Amino acid sequence: MTARAARTLSLLLLALPLAGCAVQGVQSSLQAAADQSRAIDQVWTLMLWVCSAIYVAVIAALAWAIWRRRRAVQREGRTRDPLLARALAAWVVLVVGLLSWFVAASFLADRRLHAGHADLEIRVTAKQWWWQVEYLSPQPDQQFSTANELRLPRDQTARIELLSGDVIHSFWVPALSGKEDLIPGYSNAVLLTPRRAGRYRGQCAEFCGLQHAQMALDVEVLDAAGFAAWRARQLAPAPAPSDAHALRGAQLFLGSACASCHAVRGTSAASRLGPDLTHLASRRALAAGALPMRREALRAWLADPQHAKPGNQMPQVPLDPRDRELLLDYLMGLR
Amino acid sequence: MCSRCLASALLTVLLAGAGGCERERREYHSTPAGTDARPALTSFRPGGAPLDAAPSALGRHYQDNAFHIGQGGRLFRSYNCNGCHGAGGGAIGPALMDAQWRYGGSIEQIHASIVDGRPNGMPAWRGKLTDEQAWQLAAYVSALAGNVSKAAAPSRRDALSATPPLTQLPAQPTQPGDASAQQPPPQ
Repeated sequence: MTARAARTLSLLLLALPLAGCAVQGVQSSLQAAADQSRAIDQVWTLMLWVCSAIYVAVIAALAWAIWRRRRAVQREGRTRDPLLARALAAWVVLVVGLLSWFVAASFLADRRLHAGHADLEIRVTAKQWWWQVEYLSPQPDQQFSTANELRLPRDQTARIELLSGDVIHSFWVPALSGKEDLIPGYSNAVLLTPRRAGRYRGQCAEFCGLQHAQMALDVEVLDAAGFAAWRARQLAPAPAPSDAHALRGAQLFLGSACASCHAVRGTSAASRLGPDLTHLASRRALAAGALPMRREALRAWLADPQHAKPGNQMPQVPLDPRDRELLLDYLMGLR
Repeated sequence: MCSRCLASALLTVLLAGAGGCERERREYHSTPAGTDARPALTSFRPGGAPLDAAPSALGRHYQDNAFHIGQGGRLFRSYNCNGCHGAGGGAIGPALMDAQWRYGGSIEQIHASIVDGRPNGMPAWRGKLTDEQAWQLAAYVSALAGNVSKAAAPSRRDALSATPPLTQLPAQPTQPGDASAQQPPPQ
């Protein structure tokens, strides 16, 4: 009975790490959705199968050696087996050949990661603990800034310039590409050519402080028309407050500490310390994936930002609960 | 006798450890202010009683904490205090790292100067900053003038150096020549 329980437990423990892989490929490098991640995936698959085959061969050789030793005891007098010497030489040739193949495959995959012409320029700046995402353009009126969300057009290559505002972070969208560090005072870049529309999750992959774990990037790959429509919406200034409550909320926003850090395009709030809030309510998450984008969550966040994400840089701004509701009316209207 | 020595030594070590806790303590929730918003700026006062120059408990709380001083430095750069005070050296605004204080150099007086503003240029930050941020800034400005505990002030800058260390700089030609033909130094 206890042996069975132990076996069940060990099976469960074995299954546990695999459970994470099954979540629809939102954050899986095994379900590659871009050219770059496919290049990495091919090297990975090649190594997996070759190394599995080698492992099986080694285990088989070991089993054969054990079996053969028992027989060899009976045939005393022979110290050297010519077959074994030849097999060892062949083994060395095989291993050197396979390693060369791995090196070549890895080198070619690396070339593929950096090949391609950029159709779109995006600058991602990692800060403690959120992502500032700027869509660049030669025309200044076609540039805009957003936070914690990255939208990419399918079948186009985006060049993502990677900067850091404070410490070293790492940009990792497993379904689209490998990791690339964001280093203060240094500019890195990755190319992303997504081939499958869908939602993916990016995550900071270099420990960057208290809230490193809650530093997610919401990535969505859209078709060309969908991306153009999203871009046009993002380029527009923030919608004007639609009713008296929201109007009062806007006045509160501009008159309080909110506007000292946040920008809302189309108003006098233009600070770039915190995330751009121009189209806040159109995002899917708050605080870099820490909370869902819902009115209750935003209310809790405004009431005490340090509760949901302790240590983040947003201070607790003292607000009367009634004023907070007015501010929520305004913020939830920023679509 | 010796056991008493040992006990007192142990107590000293424990107290030193407790001091370290205070230095490193991070408070994520803003502490309520509840302080005198109008600290005296001069020693002129009716009756000529001497001014109590010791910082309040709240002032000490911010001055003795490395996290608050560090956050103050971050805010000092973020809100462009450098624009007028030039990294503490002063330019348009007065220097903050010397012994000259127009409106007082205690942490309470600095806090009041930040929150209320001062004539001829210093804007009032009341309502634009939370009170905790104003205290953190005041703690950093105190640190600029060397008026915080050495145990709490950081010995290392947060910002990157603009140039490589001098030992790492490549030798450059000293002959006069065409400036446009010269290569910029490598990064």
